[in-house]
Amino acid sequence: MKSTFYIIVGLFFGVVLYKSEAASWFRIYEMFQFDSFHMYGIIGSTITLGTLGIQWIKRKEVKAVDGSPIVIASKDKGIARYLIGGTLFGLGWALAGACPGPMFVLAGAGSGYILVVIASAILGTFFYGILRNKLPH
Amino acid sequence: MNWIFEPWPWYVSGPLIALVMMTLLLAGKGFGMSSNLRTICTILGADKRAEFFRFDWKSQRWNLYIVLGVAMGGFLASQFLSNGEGVQIAPESAEKLKALGFASTGEAYLPDEMFALSALSDPKTLILLIVGGFLVGFGTRYAGGCTSGHAISGLSNLQMPSLIAVIGFFLGGLLMVHFIFPIIF
Repeated sequence: MKSTFYIIVGLFFGVVLYKSEAASWFRIYEMFQFDSFHMYGIIGSTITLGTLGIQWIKRKEVKAVDGSPIVIASKDKGIARYLIGGTLFGLGWALAGACPGPMFVLAGAGSGYILVVIASAILGTFFYGILRNKLPH
Repeated sequence: MNWIFEPWPWYVSGPLIALVMMTLLLAGKGFGMSSNLRTICTILGADKRAEFFRFDWKSQRWNLYIVLGVAMGGFLASQFLSNGEGVQIAPESAEKLKALGFASTGEAYLPDEMFALSALSDPKTLILLIVGGFLVGFGTRYAGGCTSGHAISGLSNLQMPSLIAVIGFFLGGLLMVHFIFPIIF
């Protein structure tokens, strides 16, 4: 029952990512060329509504469906890991044209080589886990 | 009902993504796609190699269901909710891409030059996809989140670390598209 709920939420998210073309390599290129408002409109309107939604949760102390308080874990302080990690992520995002959500959208859409991207993203995560203690955070 | 088959504009898509995030928060979960890559590593046995992967992956099972749904959504949208026309990007971007040799610009959802099976004959393409995927996987875990965790839920929660990460995302993306693309393509 619960699994069905999450599959449906994911399915909805996957359809939106595909139909908005946020899962298209071309749209990511266009975004980094600043040639269109499209991607900025998607991310900007999501954040605007998301900010309002989270403020509503915090001010009204809205509870989750199971009655537990909604806690949004804050990230650890720091600069290096966010800046370096973020830059590496950005390099890959622009090259492969897909971040971790759209990757799976494209796998479902049957785009040939995306499985190579997913496999190497898993490998990249594995290498981070191995090297973690040696990296500046 | 024709609008379903056309690409959806940003003012429809953005609010729907916000709805997904709010639904997950109200379900008591967080919005973050890249965590699944770590979970998959653990399932594949990475917990035997590094402390980082030693966690109760079953607590993340809900997120794997999301991923399964996302892939099903990609299938559904591409097979049944699409008119099959290529992604129409801005003419300026299309021109730049054609000059780089991306002839499929405007005619496909993904560039054939990178993703079509015929690109298999070119080892360079394969290497670029591997490097791209690796950087996404490594970078997202290093930064502690991706577009969903940092750019969307992190910024919506007004978190400073997420702002720094998003600045990094753009630094990297701009560097790739403006300085590295002209060298590799």
